[in-house]
Amino acid sequence: MSVRTSSAVGLGFAIACLAGSAGADVKIAFIDPLSGGAASTGILAQKTHQFYIDAINAAGGLNGEKLELLSYDNKVNPQESLIQLKRAIDEGARYIVQGNGSAVALAISDAVQKHNERNPGKEVVYLNYAAIDPALTNDKCTFWHFRFDADADMKMAAMTDVIARDAKVKRVYLINQDYSFGKAVAAAARRMLGEKRPDVTIVGDELHPLQKVNDFSPYVAKIKAAAADTVITGNWSNDMVLLIKAGKDAGLKVEWETYYGGSPGTVTAVGEAGVDTLKQVSEWHRNAAPELDGSVAAFSKRFPGKENEYAYWRAKTMWEMFAAAAKKAQSNDPVKVARALEGLKMPTSLGEVEMRADNHQLLQPLYVSTLERNMKYDSEGTGLGWRTDAKVDGKATALPTTCKMERPK
Amino acid sequence: MLEIVTVSLLNGVVYGLLLFMLSSGLTLIFSMMGVLNFAHASLFMLGAYLSYQLGRWVGFWPALVVAPLLCAAIGAAIERWGLRRVHPHGHVAEILFTFGLAYVIEELVTMTWGRNAVANPVPASIDFSLFTLFGSTFPAYKGLMMAISVAMFVCLYVALRRTRIGLIIQAALTHPRMVSALGHDVPAVFVLVFAIGSGLAGLAGVIGGFMLLTQPTLAHAVGPIVFVVVVVGGLGSLAGALIASMLIGILQTFAVAVDYSMLDVLNAMGVGVSRASALGEVLGIKLATAAPVVPYLLLVLMLVVRPRGLLGTRDV
Amino acid sequence: MSEAAIVAHGAAGRRTWNRGAMVALVGLLLVLPHIPGLASDFARSLLTQMGIAAVFALSFNVLFGQTGLLSFGHAVYFGMGGYAAIHAMRAINHGFPLPMVLVPLAGAAGGLACGLVLGALTTRRAGTIFALISLGVGELFYAAAFMLPRFFGGEEGISASRTRGSFDLGIPLATQLDVYYVVVAWGLVAAALMYAFQSTPVGRMCNAVRDNPQRAQFVGYSTTRVRFIAFAVAAMFAGLAGGLHAVNYEIVAADALGAQRSGAVLIMAYIGGCAYFAGPVLGAIAITWLSSSLSSYTPAWQLYLGVFFIVMILYAPEGIAGLLLRHRAATRPSRGGWARAASASVPLLLIAAGAIVIVEMGYRLSTQAELGTRMRVLWIGLDAASAWPWVLATIAFAVGAIALPRVLRSSSGAPGEAS
Repeated sequence: MSVRTSSAVGLGFAIACLAGSAGADVKIAFIDPLSGGAASTGILAQKTHQFYIDAINAAGGLNGEKLELLSYDNKVNPQESLIQLKRAIDEGARYIVQGNGSAVALAISDAVQKHNERNPGKEVVYLNYAAIDPALTNDKCTFWHFRFDADADMKMAAMTDVIARDAKVKRVYLINQDYSFGKAVAAAARRMLGEKRPDVTIVGDELHPLQKVNDFSPYVAKIKAAAADTVITGNWSNDMVLLIKAGKDAGLKVEWETYYGGSPGTVTAVGEAGVDTLKQVSEWHRNAAPELDGSVAAFSKRFPGKENEYAYWRAKTMWEMFAAAAKKAQSNDPVKVARALEGLKMPTSLGEVEMRADNHQLLQPLYVSTLERNMKYDSEGTGLGWRTDAKVDGKATALPTTCKMERPK
Repeated sequence: MLEIVTVSLLNGVVYGLLLFMLSSGLTLIFSMMGVLNFAHASLFMLGAYLSYQLGRWVGFWPALVVAPLLCAAIGAAIERWGLRRVHPHGHVAEILFTFGLAYVIEELVTMTWGRNAVANPVPASIDFSLFTLFGSTFPAYKGLMMAISVAMFVCLYVALRRTRIGLIIQAALTHPRMVSALGHDVPAVFVLVFAIGSGLAGLAGVIGGFMLLTQPTLAHAVGPIVFVVVVVGGLGSLAGALIASMLIGILQTFAVAVDYSMLDVLNAMGVGVSRASALGEVLGIKLATAAPVVPYLLLVLMLVVRPRGLLGTRDV
Repeated sequence: MSEAAIVAHGAAGRRTWNRGAMVALVGLLLVLPHIPGLASDFARSLLTQMGIAAVFALSFNVLFGQTGLLSFGHAVYFGMGGYAAIHAMRAINHGFPLPMVLVPLAGAAGGLACGLVLGALTTRRAGTIFALISLGVGELFYAAAFMLPRFFGGEEGISASRTRGSFDLGIPLATQLDVYYVVVAWGLVAAALMYAFQSTPVGRMCNAVRDNPQRAQFVGYSTTRVRFIAFAVAAMFAGLAGGLHAVNYEIVAADALGAQRSGAVLIMAYIGGCAYFAGPVLGAIAITWLSSSLSSYTPAWQLYLGVFFIVMILYAPEGIAGLLLRHRAATRPSRGGWARAASASVPLLLIAAGAIVIVEMGYRLSTQAELGTRMRVLWIGLDAASAWPWVLATIAFAVGAIALPRVLRSSSGAPGEAS
C-alpha cells in the first residue's frame, strides 16, 4: 500500500516540477558539448552565440520579439543530442544551433527532418555553425538545415591550392579522427592532391578513435618513420592539441596543414616550434583585416581572459544573416525565415557572403594562414600570430553539389 | 624498421611505467581489501589538480612532495569514515561506494576548477630535451617520470619485504583474519595501505597532469586500463603489476605501429576473402585501429584462462 | 544489515501485490499521460524513458538481486538488442513485412543471442571475477562498436524511421503518446514474465545459488547451468529494453552499450532496492527523473545525484523500496517518533542549506563566471564574490554536522531501533 502511495506522491511532485514554461520570446536551443573533452570549444561557442543574440535584442529584437538562448549539453554524443533536441523542442525552441561534431549534426539533421514531417505547423530550423561533413549539403541535405561554415571539401580545395604552389611538399601524411568528418577530410585530400599535384606521394593515411587518444607519440613515431614532410589533419579540440604537443615533444619537423590549428590551446601547445610550420584554413584570423578590430574588441570586453579569445567570426555572419532573413520575411516563423534565408546575400567586413539556395551552404571568403612571429595581434598571449598566405573569394569556394532537397509547399 | 621498433619500444616503456605508477597503489588496495576501488583514478586526477594549484603558489618541486601527501590524507579519510562504514553491508556496497565517490570527486573538481582543461604546462625546470634518438627528441619530463616510477617500485618492494610493517601488510594481504588474531591492528593497517595507495596515485597524477590534459574527465580516460593492469598482473604482486603495465604499454604502442590486418595476412597466404563481405570487414580491421581493444582482450582472456593473473599470490 | 538479511526481508515484500493493486496500477499507467501537467511531449517522453529504464533495471535485477551476479557490463545486451532492433526497423523501412510494434521482439532476440554466446563463456565463475569479466567484455564491445561500422555505424550510429513501414496494425507511432503506450504494453508484459520467472523452479534455484552455491551443488544442481539460464533471461529482457529504446529514439549509437549505461542501471537497481521485485522500477523512475529535471534547476545536479547515491549506500543500503516498507510503521503517529524526526531534521537542514549554498556559489564562480557573481540560492539573494555567504554557509554546515550525531544519540532510547 505505502509503496504505491509513495509512488503517487513522488509523481505528484514530478508533475509540479514538470509544469511547462511558456513565453512569447523566440527560443533558440544551443546543443553542443558543455562538459568533457570538447567542452572548451562548446563553452566558447555558447558565449559567442549569446553575445550576438544579445546584440540583436539590444537593437530591438527580431521583428519586435526578444530572442532567448537555451543551452543543452550533448557531450558530442548523437544519442544524447536527440534527447536534448526533444527536450528543446518541448521547451518551445523553434531554432536549433549546433556545430561540434558531424556525427551529431547528421543525427540532428535527420531528427529535425522527421519531426517537421510529423508535426506540420511546429517546424524547427537547424542552424549549423561548425559541422563540416560534406554530406550535410550533398547526399543528406534537407531544407531545414543551413550551414554557415565552409565544408570539408571546400576547405581542402583552398588548402590544396596553396600546397600546389609549394614545391617543398613531396611526402604527405594524413591523420584524422575515425568518423564521417575525418574520413571526408582524408578522401578529399587524396582526391584533390591527385588532381593538383600528382607528383606528391601520400605516405600514410591514419584514422584514430575520436576524443579517446591520450598520447599521440606512437602516431608521431609513424609519421617520422614514413619520412613525411607535411601532415594534413582535420583533428579538433583535444585531438588537435595533443597531436601537436606530441609532435613538439618528439621534435617532429613537418608542415602542419590543419583545419583547426587555431582551436583553443593549440598555439600554446606548439609554441615557437609552430612558426612557419603550423597552417590553418579558416573563415578568418585575427590579422586578416583591420576591420575586425571593433567586433573582437567588443567581445573581449564582455568576455575577458585567455580562454575566451574570440574564435567564431562565422557566428557573427550567421546571426546577422538570421536577423536580415527575419526582417525580409517580416515574420519569426521558421518556415518563412528559412525561405528568406535561401539565396540571401550580405556584405561583411571580410567580403560578400551568400547562402546558396540549392544546398543551403554558405559561401564566404576563406583564408589559408601560417603562424608567425611579430604579427600585430598574437594568439593566446604567446607572441605568435597568424599571417595570411592566401585568401579565396566567397564565390570561388563553391563546389558542385548532389543535393536534391524537398521543399515545403 | 629499426627506428620504428626502437622508438616504439621506448614509447611503450614510458607509457608502461606511467601505468605502473597509477596501478601500484591499486594493487595494494585491491589485494588487501578486495575492494574494486573505482575512485583510484579520481585520486590520480586530484593529484594532478592539486599539483597544478600548489605549483602556482609555491612552485613545482614543493608541489611534487605536498600533493601526494594531501592525496594520502584524503585516501585515509575515505577509508576511515567511508569504506569502514560501508564494509558491513558487503562487497557490492563497497564497490558502489567507490563508484559514487569517483562521480562526486569529478564534480567537486569541476566545482573548484571549472569544466575546461586548466593550463598545466610542463614546468620550466624540466622542459628540455634529454637526448635525441633517431632524430626524435626525448623530453626530460618523461625521463623524470621513468625515474620516479622505478624508484616507486624499488621503495615499495624493499618496504614490503624488509620492514616490519611491510611484513605485517604482506601477511594481511593473504591472511587478514590470522594477522588480526595475532594482535595486530588490522583496521589501522587498512587505513595505512589505503593512504599509501592514494598517495601513490596522487604522485602519478602530478606527472600525469602535464603529460595528459588536466581536465575533469581525466579519471575516465585512465580508469578502466588500471583495472586491467591489476588483474592481469595478479593480486598481491607488485612485480606482477610492473610486468603487466609494461606488457600492456608495449603491446599497445606496437599495435599502433602495425598497419596490417588479419585480412592482409590471409590474402598474402592466398586465402581470398573479399573486403566487402561481412567477414572481410571484421578481419579487415587494421591492428593499428584495434589497438585500444588489446588491453581488454587481454583482461578477458586472463580472467577466463588464469584468474590468478600472471604472478598473483591468491585468487581474486 | 548483511546481504542475507536484506534478502530475507524481500520475501515479505512480495505479499503486497494482489489483483486489485494490479488493475489499479495498469489503470494509472494508461491515464498518466493525460493528466494536466504531464500532457506535454516532454513529460510524455520522460515517462517513456522511465518505462524503458524500468524494464532494463528489472532485467539487471534478474542477474543481481535474484542470482547474486554483479555485472558491470549489462548494457552490452541492451545495446546489442537496440542494434538488432534498429536494423530490423531499417529492414521494415525498406519493405520487410513486420509491424513496427513487434520490433522490440527483434531486440529481445538480439539480446538473447548475445547472452547465450557470452554467457557460455563467462558464467563459469561468480563473484568478483564475474564482475571483472563483465567489465572487460563491456569495454571490448564498446571499443569494437567503432571498428565495425557496417553493423554499429561508427560514431554516427544507425538510424531508422519508426513511421515508415508496410503495415502498422493501426498504430502509426507518429506521436510520443503512441510510443509511450507501446512501451507501457511491452513493459507490463516483460515485468509479468520476469515476475513469473521468479516463481519457477529455475528461478528459485537462482536464489539458492545466490545464497549458498556450495549447498546448491550438494543437492545436485549445476551452479554454472543455473547462472547461465539466469544470464540468458536477463540478457533477453535487456535486449527487449534496447528494442524499446530503438523505437523511441530512432537511433542507436555506441553509447547504448557503454560503461556509463552499465553503471547507470546498476545505480538504479541498487538505489531502488535489489531485494524487492519492484525496487529497480522505483530506482529507474527516481534516477531518470533526477537526471532529467534537476539539471534545469542547477548546474550542480550531478554532484547532488552523486551525494544522494553515496548517502543511500551508507545509510539505506536496502534501497528506496526497503525504506518505504520499513517505515510503514512511521505512518502511524507515535509521539517519540515524531519528536525524534523533528529534532533530527534541524541539524540536517543546516547541513543541507550550508552545503547547497557553498556548492551553488562554487559552480557559479568556476563554470558560469560570465553570469556575474550576484545570484539567488534557496530564495536568498547573495553575492558569491564577497566573503560573508561563504563564512555563514560554512558555519551552518559545521554546526549541523557537529549537532547531528549528538541529537541522534540522545534521542534514540528504544533498543533495537537502528537509525
